[in-house]
Amino acid sequence: MDAPVTKKKLGLKERYIAMTRDLAWDTTYQPMDKVFPYDKYEGIKIHDWDKWEDPFRLTMDAYWKYQGEKEKKLYAVIEAFAQNNGQLSISDARYVNALKLFIQGVVPLEYYAHRGFAHVGRHFTGPGARVASQMQAVDELRHFQTETHALSHYNKYFNGMHKSNHWFDRVWYLSVPKSFFEDALSSGPFEFLTAVSFSFEYVLTNLLFVPFMSGAAHNGDMSTVTFGFSAQSDESRHMTLGIECIKFMLEQDPANVPIVQGWIDKWFWRGYRVLSLVAMMQDYMLPKRVMSWKEAWEMYAEQNGGALFRDLARYGIREPKGWKQACEGKDHISHQAWNTFYNYCAAAPFHTWIPKEDEMQWLSEKYPDTFDQYYRPRLEHLREQQEQGNRFYNKTLPMLCTTCQIPMVFTEPGDATKICYRESDYEGDKYHFCSDGCKEIFDHEPEKYIQAWLPVHQIYQGNCFKPGVDPTAEGFDPLAAVLDWYEMEVGRDNFDFEGSEDQKNFAAWRGEELPGATQGAK
Amino acid sequence: MSVVALKPYDFPAKDVRANFPAPLLYIGWEDHLLFCAPVALPLPADTPFGALAQAVLPGVYGYHPDFANIDWDAVQWFKSGQPWTPDPAKSLEENGLKHKDVIRFRTPGLTGIAGTCS
Repeated sequence: MDAPVTKKKLGLKERYIAMTRDLAWDTTYQPMDKVFPYDKYEGIKIHDWDKWEDPFRLTMDAYWKYQGEKEKKLYAVIEAFAQNNGQLSISDARYVNALKLFIQGVVPLEYYAHRGFAHVGRHFTGPGARVASQMQAVDELRHFQTETHALSHYNKYFNGMHKSNHWFDRVWYLSVPKSFFEDALSSGPFEFLTAVSFSFEYVLTNLLFVPFMSGAAHNGDMSTVTFGFSAQSDESRHMTLGIECIKFMLEQDPANVPIVQGWIDKWFWRGYRVLSLVAMMQDYMLPKRVMSWKEAWEMYAEQNGGALFRDLARYGIREPKGWKQACEGKDHISHQAWNTFYNYCAAAPFHTWIPKEDEMQWLSEKYPDTFDQYYRPRLEHLREQQEQGNRFYNKTLPMLCTTCQIPMVFTEPGDATKICYRESDYEGDKYHFCSDGCKEIFDHEPEKYIQAWLPVHQIYQGNCFKPGVDPTAEGFDPLAAVLDWYEMEVGRDNFDFEGSEDQKNFAAWRGEELPGATQGAK
Repeated sequence: MSVVALKPYDFPAKDVRANFPAPLLYIGWEDHLLFCAPVALPLPADTPFGALAQAVLPGVYGYHPDFANIDWDAVQWFKSGQPWTPDPAKSLEENGLKHKDVIRFRTPGLTGIAGTCS
């Protein structure tokens, strides 16, 4: 290479090229395909990696500088929050249950995302995509850490957070987000980006972040709000990677279009199902509400998402297959999910409760077509029973969907009184699903989903007890043995909010009377 | 369709019959969504079908005020969604139930809390 006399300082563009694209080279000692075994087998054809656009043009040195500044600000707020006993300023101790769900089910996904992006950042042959993925891998690790640090303050005062990593690999409902991400991680690199960067980060992420972060603001949780701001600029970079990856694949070769469409169909539905947990949190777990799940869905999915798919139509991409069913579900899924956790909160390390009367009124207003007709009578009956000391705890394990791993709680399209059942036969066994979307995902790759670690089945197979436990012993209590294996503190982490230690402590710290207690615990 | 992979992709199914102490049976009560989902139960193949109503379901569904009012002779059964007439005196296996089959029952006249299918 010639060494012409250059100016001492590179311009922004040259600097970006020198420190990203110029860092790549073709291997000569070993064939490229052997060094990069993963970026062709999915069938995606790439003719020119140089066409990859990176609108952020961020180089590693600049990245470290920006992130370091953000960290300083964030930790100053977290520190102040702790010093000032910020946990006492939140709206209501019920709010903390949203944070429990977050640290149990969302924070571990940040770590999974870190691993996933580190992997694809190693395995793409295009330097633009590699650098963007590598930066995102570092972002995700940062989010995992800062979320853990921000929430650890709450862990000092409230139950249901002390074993969140341990629970992620064991507790039944956490298999929903866990299996979602493991499905993505065990896909090829292009499918991974379609799953996580596009379908989740680009199409659905506002539905995750807005309710949690605005919810935090409305409920006096400044620590979580600050984390949200700190992550926001990262998120916009991640969303850009998502849309760029999709457009790049679609522009590189027309043969890529049907493959990408299949992934969009799959991952939209997978993501939508995971968001059932968020829908429930938004409608039931925030004492001070931001907007209903239905409103959020209309704004972020129907309006923004609708515009996105009209834009992608020029490449031959249509809206995801399950789109219409997902839109219909906006009237139902939060209520159905909340009922699930009300049923099974003896086995879940967070509390549930019957909404207060003014909260029921809010739900009636936000869901004029469904709440009073289908869901209010159920909640009123459960409230009445609870007030008589007969709080319902479902003690029989539920049937799960093989794909999304959520109990089979969702109803038929067009009929909210009938559970939706779908099934497939594969190699002599039956497999069951909650929806056409989940059945199609299975039917497309049955070899993958027959390996699913379904918590209910694992319990019945005897794989969810501590070593040395004898399930054949006289008086063996399987539920107690499973909760012991979870390392849940029974009576503190679980059961109804009414009568919980969280409720009592919070009232005592604030010098408040306990509300005329309806007794919940069994 | 099948998985696109670099190498032969062949892994054992996790939920085959041999991995359970007894075959799994899934049971759902139609029109009673107070119970959020159908249930999964490992039940020995020689369990008489009639034992479901007598011994198994009371523990599962007894909380519901409708449960005590069920006329078991009038109950309609469905297997994989299709109308189905089991013989209560015969075993689950003799009634043709296999591992991971799903059955549902409808209790005519009983439609849940305030008739809302809850």
